Amino acid sequence: MNNRLYGNLIFELSRKGRQGYTLPRNTYGSHTDELPASLRRQAALKLPECDELTVVRHYTNLSHDNFGVNDGFYPLGSCTMKYNPVIDEEIAALEAFAALHPLQPADTCQHALGLYYALQQSLAELTGMKEFTLNPCAGAHGELTGLMVIRAYHQSRGDEARTKVLIPDSAHGTNPASAAVCGLEVVEVKSGPDGLVDVADLERLISEQGPSIAAMMMTNPNTLGIFEHDIPLITQMVHRCGALMYYDGANLNPLLGVCRPGDMGFDVMHVNLHKTFSTPHGGGGPGSGPVGVREGLEPFLPTPRVVERAGTYSVETGDYEQSLGSVGCFFGNFGVMVRAYAYILSLGRENVRMVGPLATLNANYVKESLRDVYELPIGGLCKHEFVFDGLKDKSTGVTTMDVAKRLLDYGYHAPTIYFPLLFHESLMIEPTENESLDTLDAFIQVMRRIADEAKTDPERVKAAPLTTPIGRVDDVLAARQPVVTFKQMSHE
Amino acid sequence: MYKYFPHTEEDLQLMLRRVGVRSLDDLYADIPEAVRFRREYNLPEAMSEVELRQLFSEVSRSMQNAPLTVFAGAGVYDHYAPSVVQHIIGRSEFLTSYTPYQAEVSQGTLHYIFEYQSMMAELTGMDVSNASMYDGATATAEAALMAFASAKKADTVLLSGTLDPKVARVVETYAKYHGIRIGKVAARDGVTDREDLSRRLQAGGIAGVIVQAPNYYGIVEDFSGLSDEVHAQKALLVINSVAADLAVLKTPAEWGADIAVGDAQSLGIPMSFGGPGLGYMCCTEKLIRKMPGRIVGLTRDNRGQRAFVLTLQAREQHIRRQKATSNICSNQSLMALYVTVYMSLMGPKGLREAAELSYGGAHYLCEQLQQTGYFRPCYDQPYLNEFCMRYDGDVDALQAGCADEGFMAGVKLDEHTVMFAVTEKRTRDEIDDFVDTIKQIREEQA
Repeated sequence: MNNRLYGNLIFELSRKGRQGYTLPRNTYGSHTDELPASLRRQAALKLPECDELTVVRHYTNLSHDNFGVNDGFYPLGSCTMKYNPVIDEEIAALEAFAALHPLQPADTCQHALGLYYALQQSLAELTGMKEFTLNPCAGAHGELTGLMVIRAYHQSRGDEARTKVLIPDSAHGTNPASAAVCGLEVVEVKSGPDGLVDVADLERLISEQGPSIAAMMMTNPNTLGIFEHDIPLITQMVHRCGALMYYDGANLNPLLGVCRPGDMGFDVMHVNLHKTFSTPHGGGGPGSGPVGVREGLEPFLPTPRVVERAGTYSVETGDYEQSLGSVGCFFGNFGVMVRAYAYILSLGRENVRMVGPLATLNANYVKESLRDVYELPIGGLCKHEFVFDGLKDKSTGVTTMDVAKRLLDYGYHAPTIYFPLLFHESLMIEPTENESLDTLDAFIQVMRRIADEAKTDPERVKAAPLTTPIGRVDDVLAARQPVVTFKQMSHE
Repeated sequence: MYKYFPHTEEDLQLMLRRVGVRSLDDLYADIPEAVRFRREYNLPEAMSEVELRQLFSEVSRSMQNAPLTVFAGAGVYDHYAPSVVQHIIGRSEFLTSYTPYQAEVSQGTLHYIFEYQSMMAELTGMDVSNASMYDGATATAEAALMAFASAKKADTVLLSGTLDPKVARVVETYAKYHGIRIGKVAARDGVTDREDLSRRLQAGGIAGVIVQAPNYYGIVEDFSGLSDEVHAQKALLVINSVAADLAVLKTPAEWGADIAVGDAQSLGIPMSFGGPGLGYMCCTEKLIRKMPGRIVGLTRDNRGQRAFVLTLQAREQHIRRQKATSNICSNQSLMALYVTVYMSLMGPKGLREAAELSYGGAHYLCEQLQQTGYFRPCYDQPYLNEFCMRYDGDVDALQAGCADEGFMAGVKLDEHTVMFAVTEKRTRDEIDDFVDTIKQIREEQA
């Protein structure tokens, strides 16, 4: 931070009478005080009053306290922190897209509807699915939508008893949470010592509860970065009991150019455009979570839908008796779709197919370069990511948390920590295909140095980070009596 | 190799050796051949930046009269945001970061989310806010889930018949799969039928009531006495509002709401064909632990400095899995930054002035339309910047004719009804041109 003043809250920079905008002169004769007093706001509106430069400096300074992919290596496992191409931002900002009203006549927005349709088709080709809806706004939103598709399918067959979902214990936390929101009961499937779904356990669950199982949700490669090679057998078992297979697309990146969820036997899936298709994470959104289905499940997709007939696109909302309903008013996060489509066009078929192999090579390279000092609980080839169970030498007392915080001191973002829950000291690393050998080597060197420091100067590692704008934070204090607004803060 | 792939041939060889395989294909030796993808993708060939730009500029040129001058809303409004906003959200430190899990290198994001929460709580009058949601429709659906979870036995959520039907459809979809019953309260003269609402409340089993202000038809409803009635049945009152309107309208807190939700796209976010927008959710302090989504809280670091951090995570899916309050694991963060910068620039005075201009423009347009003789207002009710008109001609022909001249002439509600909206971005000249265009279209038809 180069100026303390601007490190304050914007509310603290406010001075009565300042303003940061200009608006056209109001020449209309009518005013809101014509509304009955009982309908008008009574409370004073205590928003900040600031001039333009104060606002610019404040937020520019705040940005200096952040770390993005453009600032440095971001090996956050499960999050696929790719480079976000600059040109995609420019295209999404074109007035032809940004200034469109979602309800304007279809013949005035053919280009936007056409883009939606083309992206939908590209995703179908890349995943082996028949059709996609792009309406869900995020991965978790896609999971929920996909599970609704599955429930709608069973209900259409009068198969109301299917209310359970099989979910491996290594799954992303959103899987069981999405199932619960969708009114489904979670049945956990164990992982074997090799980190893969325990097929014997799955067999037992299916034979005990088969007729009540609606679906199985899987990530492949799983959250350990390992490919579930029993997948043909698993899909066969699940299908035989009358349930459908759901593919959590969070880990789709390593499969580009290699294999497709549709060919593995999955019936429904979501894609995270903000992971595999390089749209910016934006500090936690907006994302986009398109949902694809195999042939025969299209009638259950949500509305509105973009339909193509003889080269003309239209929006349809009604007349889909079997549709699950709607998960949003319009077409989801359209601006994100423009970026993803521009990315696919940039890469083209010859480069898209390299994404998976290069991401996988990068991950294996880092893993093999560090496994002598960090504990690798499950060996063998990984895909786009892998998980260490902390440092190999546990005698120093240095934890995964300490390693993660020390990495911040060296100018790296931390990996994902304490997930998956299968190990006590999980440290999950995902270098994407965009990272160079030089970047990986430098990271490896720092990781080895931290392992070394853990032996020679463990207190220093435990005190990390020392060079960041703030030190470790008190989570307990924050949660005990939550202060989540400036007004509450002023009452403290 | 390719601009996004830094691997040289030498790098590849060195890396493959370290990993102990001979080729990239060998990295996938564990994948059964039966599920391998061995053909070319049916996708276009790679495009250079020049070609990409050409393609998209052709695409935008093909759109006639683009962009339209918009006199429509129905949930998405064409407001103006100062240039600073887009500039700030384009900063890559904000744009290319992830959810702020590592507080030490994410104070930028955590700090602005805290400001966002403060501003939304101020605007709605509620005690607390979460870090934002996908959009107003899903925020409303989440509010229904929250009311259901808060109720002891009640399993029904009532929706006012004046709630945006698109939002109602999303709430109904979530409810159907979650096992919540939905009751639809009748609408009368464009407002919630309070007698029908009372009857349904007294029948019992009600977990929550969802109303909209201004409602779908643009009418500012009077909810006097509503919260007492709802609370007497131990149900929660949820009010859905267009965020920008709350600068001048009675707030959800002033109506006695427990949960305030809605779209905040109206705070200057581009229409962008409906997304990304921004959903907000605010509630009473009592309900904070039942709220879905991220929440940023105040704390201290180990150096004694003020700091911000994601808090109350024990509600969330990565800790609680199926017992979480919601499956949401992101917010619409960058759009939350968007409206935070917007509100910082506009301040209380700017938001009110924008609302005044929108009000003035809408009432002026309504008057001008009536003077053409082709339109009359559907309702004699107070409105802010959106209103319904009965049109004595063919609505489709009107809208098509206006689109040819570069105008979006409202949203069609039925064969004879159009809903118009005006924002501060529409000038008086544009309104006059729009009305003249309508007159010309009618004269040509005659």
